[in-house]
Amino acid sequence: MENINAKYVSQKISKTRWCPVSYSSLQQPEVFATGSWDNEDNKVSIWSIGNHNNSGLEDGFEGDPQILCEHKHGGDVLDLQFLDQERMVSASSTGAVTIFRYHPNTHTISVLQHWARAHSYPCDNAPCTALVCSSPEIVTVGEDGRIVVFRADQEGAVRVIGEMRTRMLPPHKESSLKLSVVFVRECRQQHNSRGDLPKDHGGFDGDRAPLHCVDRHPNQQHIVATGGQDGMLCVWDVRQGGTPISLMEAHSAEMWEVRFHPTNPDHLFTCSEDGSLLHWETASHSEMPSFLQGGRNSSVISHGALTPAGGNRPLSSAWLCGDSGKGCLETTHMLPSQTMSVNSLDIIGQCLVCGTDGEAIFVNRHVPV
Amino acid sequence: LQDRNGQISTLVIPSSKQQVCVNFSFNTFASFLAFVSFLLFCVSGATGSGSPFIHEVRKDEDIYSPILRKLFNESHHIFVGLQTIREDLPSKNKKPQFVSISKNYRSVIRACMEELQQVAVSTKNAEMSVHPLIRSVLLQVSILLAIELIWNLCEVLFIDAAPAGSLLLHLLDWVRLHKADVDEKARDVLQSDSPAEHRDYWDVVISLCCAGGELCAPGGTQTLTEFDVKWRHWHEEVDRCLQDNSFASNQHLEVLCKILLGDEDTLLEHKDLLGTWYHFLVSRLLFCHPTVKPTELHYYAQSCMTMFLDSRSAPEPLDSILLAAFEFDIHQVIKDCSIALNNWWFVAHLTDLLDHCKLLQSHNLHFGSNLREFLLLEYASGLFTHHSLWQLAVDYFDHCLEFGRVYLELQIERVPLDTERKALKVLRICEQRQMSEQVRSICKIMAMRALRNNRLGSALSWSIRAKDAAFATLISERFLQDYCAKGTFSDLDLIDNLGPAMLLSDRLTFLGKYREFHKLYGEKRFKEAAKLLLSLMTAKIAPRSFWMTLLTDALPLLEQKEVIFSADQTYELMFCLEELTSSLNTPSSDSDKSMQEEDVELTKVELLRLALSRNLAMAIVKEGTVET
Repeated sequence: MENINAKYVSQKISKTRWCPVSYSSLQQPEVFATGSWDNEDNKVSIWSIGNHNNSGLEDGFEGDPQILCEHKHGGDVLDLQFLDQERMVSASSTGAVTIFRYHPNTHTISVLQHWARAHSYPCDNAPCTALVCSSPEIVTVGEDGRIVVFRADQEGAVRVIGEMRTRMLPPHKESSLKLSVVFVRECRQQHNSRGDLPKDHGGFDGDRAPLHCVDRHPNQQHIVATGGQDGMLCVWDVRQGGTPISLMEAHSAEMWEVRFHPTNPDHLFTCSEDGSLLHWETASHSEMPSFLQGGRNSSVISHGALTPAGGNRPLSSAWLCGDSGKGCLETTHMLPSQTMSVNSLDIIGQCLVCGTDGEAIFVNRHVPV
Repeated sequence: LQDRNGQISTLVIPSSKQQVCVNFSFNTFASFLAFVSFLLFCVSGATGSGSPFIHEVRKDEDIYSPILRKLFNESHHIFVGLQTIREDLPSKNKKPQFVSISKNYRSVIRACMEELQQVAVSTKNAEMSVHPLIRSVLLQVSILLAIELIWNLCEVLFIDAAPAGSLLLHLLDWVRLHKADVDEKARDVLQSDSPAEHRDYWDVVISLCCAGGELCAPGGTQTLTEFDVKWRHWHEEVDRCLQDNSFASNQHLEVLCKILLGDEDTLLEHKDLLGTWYHFLVSRLLFCHPTVKPTELHYYAQSCMTMFLDSRSAPEPLDSILLAAFEFDIHQVIKDCSIALNNWWFVAHLTDLLDHCKLLQSHNLHFGSNLREFLLLEYASGLFTHHSLWQLAVDYFDHCLEFGRVYLELQIERVPLDTERKALKVLRICEQRQMSEQVRSICKIMAMRALRNNRLGSALSWSIRAKDAAFATLISERFLQDYCAKGTFSDLDLIDNLGPAMLLSDRLTFLGKYREFHKLYGEKRFKEAAKLLLSLMTAKIAPRSFWMTLLTDALPLLEQKEVIFSADQTYELMFCLEELTSSLNTPSSDSDKSMQEEDVELTKVELLRLALSRNLAMAIVKEGTVET
């Protein structure tokens, strides 16, 4: 807890994202981007927490985020993703999608491409609620119920998929619809087949709260975690559909983002409107002795499902152990005290960054994963 | 314009093209509204002379400054923390907490001040020294300096409530904090080659003496009387030295000696070194009355002030505020600060802290509730006008027990709802406080917007969230009309998963059940589908206008090879058909139906009759057959 720094930034942060680091270098990420919302002039900004050679900057203590550059943004930033190490895409409440380029040498941001009315109603602007990218393609969804595919180098939209009539919510290579958990999977393997998207009506019942966020397990693609309006964290096995494998009462208000740790997927992070950021950890199946995992406050880990040493990792992940919270899950609060709503979080390696409605950014560089 | 006292003042609105910043402060929202309507009147009336310009009237210019925003956010965090201090702790345990909270507030002010100063410096370096921004930034810095000064003094006198001995120590600290240039000068002198020859040397020595040190004031280990005795000895000795003329050779040392004795005239000769009357006060106390009691402070304060500021006509607002503080008149301090500053931030937070320390006697104001609540409400109302900081204001309203809720109810509906996400946040605020009316109105706004964009599913989900039966009925009607027009449903997923929300309104229930019928039909569960269809009509869930459609839907079931409807069910269907046709055939039915439509209707009815009779026949035969 002592490793967390708060930085007040005079704008309500809606999204924070680490700039991706190349996996070959074992560096921790140093640069992150934020998008603001609810301002008269919203901005997309780039920050750095690295050590500065430039003595002209303010003397914050080590790890204090320093702003490198910023750029005006029309409308609230509803989603922000990095295409690659230099380009990032933002989704706006005016229905626009913009690609920005960050120039690390001159510390400037320029607009590469701008699709002004990616999503719109006949007489109004429709906010573009979320986007996902796998370079060079960008898939965006909006409140008008359409999925639009762009390519980073092309002018117009490549494809407009379907008229999903109910409101669309954040995708992570999958999308979820409000008030029903219908997963729409794209045929990504076959680049040529751009046919209709298969819809997986899992007939999901039991869970009626609208979903706000979804994330897929990085290695085991059938495991999906979702969070919604009631603050419950649900883990699903998409192969089986139906009801969620586990339902955990995570937060007392809407959950805004859920993230699996990209390289260590036994860890999951959620943030919520109630001002808390939780770090979830399943009982790991590794050979790490249990005393190294201690020292945190929260419920007790029960190593119910240990594998034999040296061995055979079972195909099912610890997330599917089915026990809601009691058996193999440990939760830690990551923020020092109740803050205002935490809107967004991102984690790479051991660095966690999150942004709140209290106009503060928190960076933790020593997350125990 | 008529203000509260009934005075009318004329307001000349400049019509030039320059951007004029007019600074007003309004006591209530009502008077602000009055002004705005007046403004609009003027603008609309001036159509003759070209296009009138709308001047954007901004309340509280401060809250729009990005650096000051940090002040608001951080102090909000501290404020919320303060409110949650448990009440049951004994007050002696709470005092250090309050002091530390007070220090937190002050450090926030200081941080803000430093940032503003850096902005001023950097803009100056960029050779824009006459930029108006600099002036306003420097003004802000000086205001913040004054605020911190006052707050610090209040902390020393009221919150920390230092007793006689340590009072002086704290006052010395207070003065020292605000007189940074002594250290600079001292550093200069010490760094020069021969400090004693430096021209500022004696000034520095005198300043340092006046600033005092821990040795000169009562420490922790000795009692007050012990210290008093010792001090008197020392004082007498210095006096004796002066009388003996032992320092007569060196004029500077003599002056120093006189100062150490607390000679007023000598001190006043060095006014420029002291700078302010309160520094003079503290120095004098240091040398003459180190064991001063809090209650005696105001005598000295008053006299020092008059001695120091001899020629000035009226004291500045800051001076009178500080004097009121020395007189322990908290209410006067707050009142003067409210008048002097154009933002409620300072008085609201300070009053709240003092109230927690139980230092304010509750006295009711005209506006009801006590002073603390009044100030917090004013501050929070100001915050609410900001497009972004309104979220902070919610917490402030929460902690105003009497009127906070009412204010919140009125204000929260005015927050512009640009995106669904913002609406969700506002809704969460309302739902947590059980403000069901506001929930309903917000949901209705969002639903209407969705409806306007033909997003029926969205509209329906909003009205379900608001538990608004009337609106849900309206939207269900639209759904059904859409179905009749297009033959398919939109937003199937939503309707399929309504769950218990279906019971919100009759029409919605019908919609849900009707969709269920379609699903059953699709799954080829004809018997159940048939039963459902019939129950929809007989239980009168379906609106009469829809019966024709339902009966038409029954046609394929009737035409199946296998008998689906039993005889009884067929009778019921026929009854429904008769009911329907009899109402249709009334002569008062709308005659604007074209001939074609009537023909279609008639054909449908005939087909139905035929199908029903055939089904009846088959059903009777089937039921009469004995299974062998």
